[in-house]
Amino acid sequence: MNHALIIGQYVPSNSVIHRLDPRTKIAIIFFFVIFVFFANTLTSYAVLTLFAVGTAVATKIKLPYILKGLTPVWFLIVFTFVLHLVVTKEGEVLFRILSYPIYSGAVEQGIAISLRFFLLILVTSLLTLTTTPIEITDAIETLLNPLKKIKFPVHELALMMSISLRFIPTLMQETEKISKAQASRGVDFRTGPMKDRIQAIVPLLVPLFVSAFKRAEELAMAMEARGYQGGEGRTKLRELRIEKIDILAFITFGIVLIGLFLTRA
Amino acid sequence: MTNSFIEFRNVSFRYGKDQPWVLKNVSFTIDSNEWVAVIGHNGSGKSTIAKLINGLLFPQEGEIIVDGLTVNEHTIWDVRKSVGMVFQNPDNQFVGTTVRDDVAFGLENRGVPREDMLKRIDVSLGQVGMSDYLLHEPHRLSGGQKQRVAIAGVLAISPKVIILDEATAMLDPKGRLEIMQTVSHLRQAEQLALITITHDLNEITRASRVIVMNKGEVWLESNPRDVFSRKEDLLQIGLDTPFVATFADELSRQGIKLGKQPLNHEELMDELWTYHSKM
Amino acid sequence: MDISFKNVTYTYQPNTPFEHRAIHDLSFTIKSGSFVAIVGHTGSGKSTLIQHLNGLLRPTEGQVKIGDYTLSADKKVKDIKELRSKVGVVFQYPEHQLFEETIAKDIAFGPENFGVGEEEVKKRVHETIHAVQLSEQLLDRSPFDLSGGQMRRVAIAGVLAMEPQVLVLDEPTAGLDPRGQQDIMNMFYQLHHQKGLTTILVTHSMEDALKYADHVIIMDHGTKYMEGKPTEVFQRKRELEKVQLDVPEIVQFLFGVEKQLGISIAYRGQTIAELATELVEELRSRNL
Repeated sequence: MNHALIIGQYVPSNSVIHRLDPRTKIAIIFFFVIFVFFANTLTSYAVLTLFAVGTAVATKIKLPYILKGLTPVWFLIVFTFVLHLVVTKEGEVLFRILSYPIYSGAVEQGIAISLRFFLLILVTSLLTLTTTPIEITDAIETLLNPLKKIKFPVHELALMMSISLRFIPTLMQETEKISKAQASRGVDFRTGPMKDRIQAIVPLLVPLFVSAFKRAEELAMAMEARGYQGGEGRTKLRELRIEKIDILAFITFGIVLIGLFLTRA
Repeated sequence: MTNSFIEFRNVSFRYGKDQPWVLKNVSFTIDSNEWVAVIGHNGSGKSTIAKLINGLLFPQEGEIIVDGLTVNEHTIWDVRKSVGMVFQNPDNQFVGTTVRDDVAFGLENRGVPREDMLKRIDVSLGQVGMSDYLLHEPHRLSGGQKQRVAIAGVLAISPKVIILDEATAMLDPKGRLEIMQTVSHLRQAEQLALITITHDLNEITRASRVIVMNKGEVWLESNPRDVFSRKEDLLQIGLDTPFVATFADELSRQGIKLGKQPLNHEELMDELWTYHSKM
Repeated sequence: MDISFKNVTYTYQPNTPFEHRAIHDLSFTIKSGSFVAIVGHTGSGKSTLIQHLNGLLRPTEGQVKIGDYTLSADKKVKDIKELRSKVGVVFQYPEHQLFEETIAKDIAFGPENFGVGEEEVKKRVHETIHAVQLSEQLLDRSPFDLSGGQMRRVAIAGVLAMEPQVLVLDEPTAGLDPRGQQDIMNMFYQLHHQKGLTTILVTHSMEDALKYADHVIIMDHGTKYMEGKPTEVFQRKRELEKVQLDVPEIVQFLFGVEKQLGISIAYRGQTIAELATELVEELRSRNL
């Protein structure tokens, strides 16, 4: 299995960033994503980069690990940069590669766009690295709560999300187990022509579905036995609370935004 | 009137009209504060009994009474308040993403206030010895630990009876031991009836009564000592007596009469000692 | 096929925060044709160990040899498929791997993947369904119509139909009732002798290890803790208790007999009936 990709993976720790209310994190990221597009000078980019990298350091997760985890995305960033070099024809000609002119505007824009892209990915992956999926679910549930008024099934949606989250590791283990069992019976998932490889998925998918259905059935029975009758009249154990550090986080982010607008051209 | 807590009156059950009967005319009673073991081979109908008790299934014939209520669609939610169930597969009954969330699930369903919830979660996790795992995720727990969490989840709602429906069948010996120790400990600490459903005869020794199922019928209702003495009969219905019973059986074959049927190593040794000193 | 592990270490997800060393510095040899039990707690490294036997995993350090095949960190095995056709693995709850429309097709799946001819596959399907004591009439039915115990037999037949020389069994009786457990183990024991297999049984059951194996390897915390003849290893009560393993009940009982009655009976693999006879004779001779 490929464990190199860290997007969507949670790394437990007790850092300040981990302890923030998930709603705080989601809100800040939401605004960060918007304001990244406001940066237009070198210093304004520096302010945002400093904020993103500073947050990454504050997570106490090793920076090389985070950067290495973004490997698949690096490819996209470099690709974006190269694309700009080729397409943009603004400013003066800086130099030529095999008689192809490279413009100064192209380099500038290429760097700007790639950096934006990188910051977006970095910040959003910091969310999943420091927030358990269930916290994200809770945050979404509270943020969506107003929709209950228009009969939107917020509770059911959140329950479904949390059960899916609960079963992801279980089903991953199961997938690995079944693929190993079938590999032992001579299935080759990795080599051979595409057609064969697609066919090799059948012996993996059928047992997975059979087992997922069985699990769902048993889980439903267990939930019923434990008195589950839908969202009505239910109380909740998990509750989200805005604490001091959340307010501090918002203030910090506010300062960064002021910095951004001061350094804009 | 009886003071029985659970009563099966001529209960028959099958999954569909053209399906074979899973239970045939089953009747028995279980008192409050009693430990009853239900044993039988796979497919003997023993697990169906558990699902009938809290209305996950309904019988085609006969009647089931739990805590004075006839189990039907109108009473199931009340019945389920007094019946706690732990199922076979540790993974497929773990609803929460952490231990604490899972224990909370039953309480949330019953609208228990949050403050109260936290207290009850603490207490019930303490009872099963899982307090140190409050924030653990299920995939980081062993099978035995998951089942203990399931028991805690059931305890938190203070039921009057706990049913373990083959709760040890998928566990390793260590996990099995954990569960049996937890259960025995609970029996001493709590006022509750216990129904353990199993095919492992080692697990019936501490029960006060044993119901042996075979092909959907009650084959025998007796105490563990008596069940242990019926090696030949048990073999015929696909069950195997534990070492101690087998050894005692061999001794009697060779003409050594033991005072009483031993249930464990200590009793067997005591019987041998008595026999030895009498000679 | 002879099997040997030489200083084998295996690490999951190396160089990440989730790094986990499942086995380390593990060495042992298994002679061709022997019946070996591997015993240890969950998490002692047993399942990582057996995944090396057919190349599902390659050691992070050290070397694994299975017959003429060598597995090590630095080079890939070319004929991994050939190795897998010779080492059949029955995983825990093998019924979870069933997927075909009919039982016959499911049993045929392995041998077909390994390029066995059509006629031969047919022959093997019929042979193995008998070997696992199921009726030939079931062959055209869906495996999902069967009972749990029957499904397990079909899955086992699917592995046997590969006609492996080495049979690896990971807790093959888990979840079965007592009779089911006994039937399945007896079946494997018979096959072991009939086909001259090398059988490797991973089990929690000391009783099964004692009853069927001629060599036992005790695993603890990812490495070998003890090995030897079952009758000898299982006498070493103290050492076993150190890693929280029990001696088999029968041995436990003999310790009790010696301690309380002062009668020492050496355990050489006697049946319960034979032991009872010995004990009765001892008791009677003392009182003459």
